Amino acid sequence: MIIVNGNKYKIEPALLDKKLSEWLREDLFLTGVKIGCEIGVCGSCTVLVNNQAKRSCKMLVKDAVGHEITTIEGISGEDGTLHPLQQAFMDAGAIQCGFCTPGMVLSALALLLQNHQPTRSEIRQALKGNICRCTGYQQIVDAVEMAARIMYPRIK
Amino acid sequence: MKPAFRNDAYAKVTGAAKYTDDYTLPRMLHAVPLHAQTASARVISIDCSLALQSPGVLRIILAEDIPGSIKFGQIIKDYPTLAHKRICSTGDVLALVVAESRAQALAALPLIKVQLEELPAIFDPEQAMRKDAELINPEYGSNICNYHRVRTGDIQEGEEEAELIIEQDFSTSRIEHAYLEPESALAHLRSDGVMEVIGSMQHPFSTRRFVASTLGFELKDVEVRTVPIGGAFGGKDDTAALVCARAALCAYLLKRPVKLTYNREMSMRESYKRHPYRMQYRMGVKKDGSITFVKVRMVADGGAYCSVTPWVTWRSTVQCCGCYEVPNVHCDVYGVYTNNVFSGAFRGFGSPQVNFAIEQLVEIAAHKLGMDEIDFRRKNMVKQGSTTVTNQVLDTHKVSLQEVMDKVLSEIDYETKRAKCSFGDPKQDKWYGIGFAISYRGMSLGAEGVDFNSAILNVQPDGSVLLETGVHENGQGSESAMILIAAEELGLPVERIRYRLPSTSNIPDGGTTVASRGTLLGGGATTKAARILKGIIAETLLKEYDLSAERFEKGQILTLEGQTICTWEKAIALCYSKQVYPYAFGVFQAPRVSWDEETGHGDAYFTWVYGCQAVELEVDPKTMKVTLLNLVAAHDVGKAINPAMVKGQFYGGLAMGAGYGLFEEVPLADGGVIPTNLHQYKLMRATDLPEMTAIIVENPDPTSPSKAKGIGEPTLEITAPAIANAIYRATNKRYVDQPLKLRP
Repeated sequence: MIIVNGNKYKIEPALLDKKLSEWLREDLFLTGVKIGCEIGVCGSCTVLVNNQAKRSCKMLVKDAVGHEITTIEGISGEDGTLHPLQQAFMDAGAIQCGFCTPGMVLSALALLLQNHQPTRSEIRQALKGNICRCTGYQQIVDAVEMAARIMYPRIK
Repeated sequence: MKPAFRNDAYAKVTGAAKYTDDYTLPRMLHAVPLHAQTASARVISIDCSLALQSPGVLRIILAEDIPGSIKFGQIIKDYPTLAHKRICSTGDVLALVVAESRAQALAALPLIKVQLEELPAIFDPEQAMRKDAELINPEYGSNICNYHRVRTGDIQEGEEEAELIIEQDFSTSRIEHAYLEPESALAHLRSDGVMEVIGSMQHPFSTRRFVASTLGFELKDVEVRTVPIGGAFGGKDDTAALVCARAALCAYLLKRPVKLTYNREMSMRESYKRHPYRMQYRMGVKKDGSITFVKVRMVADGGAYCSVTPWVTWRSTVQCCGCYEVPNVHCDVYGVYTNNVFSGAFRGFGSPQVNFAIEQLVEIAAHKLGMDEIDFRRKNMVKQGSTTVTNQVLDTHKVSLQEVMDKVLSEIDYETKRAKCSFGDPKQDKWYGIGFAISYRGMSLGAEGVDFNSAILNVQPDGSVLLETGVHENGQGSESAMILIAAEELGLPVERIRYRLPSTSNIPDGGTTVASRGTLLGGGATTKAARILKGIIAETLLKEYDLSAERFEKGQILTLEGQTICTWEKAIALCYSKQVYPYAFGVFQAPRVSWDEETGHGDAYFTWVYGCQAVELEVDPKTMKVTLLNLVAAHDVGKAINPAMVKGQFYGGLAMGAGYGLFEEVPLADGGVIPTNLHQYKLMRATDLPEMTAIIVENPDPTSPSKAKGIGEPTLEITAPAIANAIYRATNKRYVDQPLKLRP
């Protein structure tokens, strides 16, 4: 069994050797998982596996059995309310073509779950595996900083 | 700064945005291409019998199956949908396998047996230019795809006046666009006989022409719709359009929907790159620092197909001396056919190459004269009313070159920091350098082509607005910019305006969204449509209230003096009740430009933009590794419609320009692309870049109805020479080949 965005899925044996990215896209229609290189260097297919950022093109379905997967579709509220990180990406102008955005948001989320007050350099380090060809990363780093302040307000 | 506005941000940040490959249609089939394995050959036979027996395979399509024209092209029709009898490039596609699933189609690829007779190939453009060279494209009759020149003043006189002459060769390399989303297309023949196509392409109208030509259809019978695309940067024209045409070909022959999605390997192998240039410069200066002449010969490797080589090299011709006044100019520029993977449009479009050379050349000259490089530039740069090397007088707009340069140099504290540069000091374990570069850029297409665009504003009975333009959303935020322009003109909140899902059947052909022309041309058309619409509403209100509607603000319509006439909604309801459609079609026609091929003279572009970028960096003397410390840019955008998105263009351009300067290149072996995927093609990552500063300069442009100009390309066309100049001050060595490979 695999839990994806809170839903439980029983896995047919025939699916075990399918790429996780393809299973998410083709069988669950979670097309927010993007395919940019299929060899794990661009980061577009990033998902969270037990809150760790992983490249789903480098995983098989069987690698995910027994684990909890979160895709970009799973982080906003059921009523469509955005996660603070999603809102920050919008407000900071961190989105252009948007193809890297789901992976970027998830890599950033994995960071913020571990490190509530990352420096800009720590944010850059955490996003190193995600290529963006449009933005030069500046406003993406801004967005993550902005989200950290909202998600984890400093206690005075 | 106020939060960024993007009409597509919510969809993109939630994963709801659907790109081409995210769509499926009932009974959809999958196609994959079979690429040539050699750069030059005659095709003897293609045996598909074994592949056809492979599970799920329905058909294998060859050039002979094409009902329309096999070849198409934007300028010269030399680009084959499927290679027919002759292979000219390793990017050629010989066959398309169509199967029930993508995996089945891919599995059948190696089962196709191709018999070839290899032919001699030419990979060196200089060799291709020789009179006795084999013709790459015999139908065209020459390997010189195009030749442009400039003849200004008297070059002999310039030589005689010169007190110092500098000769220097420069070279630049091929670059991969590396848009994050590889090409994809989905086509189906509708029951009304229309071939409907969605695709990851940046020019729906060009795509429609490619599809119509391949199928032998009229333009009315092809509809290309826009869906989100994962980046383009100039790179999703010819190849991406052809991917759409191939999907349409499969859908037409099999009478079922067909998706053709490229993986990264296919994309890198086949898609066109930035033109590599070889440039031989000779420049004369006087001791007072004035430039007396520039003589230059440039050769651009266009590869196997023409694409837009004549236009790319034309921009290099117009801007051959950079942003400087030069009285005597002798410039020859050649675009050349070879059997290499072909070259085409890439953000910058012929300017990054020239700027890489000229912005170093002026510093070499200043240095040899013992002159400050800032003073040398100030003396020679174009100013208000200057005449360009093509005899265009810059008087239609504010020439802000000095302004942008001063702003950058002051922001980065250039003159103080210049004193700290290492110049290869052996006593230091880190070498520090600072450098900058400046440019001007002709806006939009210029004398390259027909330049106009349209917009439709269609106000609904409830007062909400549907907007549509001939500009294409490539990810840059063009739809958002158009909405903001309409919202400001009409005095409405952006929420009341929806950008209608664009299609080639809805709006006239507005040309391609390239050349940093989207905001300028589409924004111009939107402004004009809004003004026509306001006129229609004002006429209706005048009849009803005998008041002259002059101001549209915050959902209210007012007289010039500020008397409220009525709300927007009431005015729209009134229009409908009086049988008047609040609907407007606006057109922006670019002002006249001119060009004489013989002399290379003319008003090449109707307006220009100005930019300056500076960089601080550090070089490790042991490893010669370069670390960027700071990037500062100032660009005149006319008017910033969406400041956060304008800054996004700055940062993205700087990042791409820095990658171009430092490491990006596509090496070839026998004409074929060596890197197969992104693991072998280094791109800027978040950790490779310093914090950047974007300085938006606004001098509203009188030639632009919205006052805005372009920003997409200016931002990457001078980063590489700024880095080269900084590396010189760090290492005391000039690197004249891009990418800048530092040697210990």
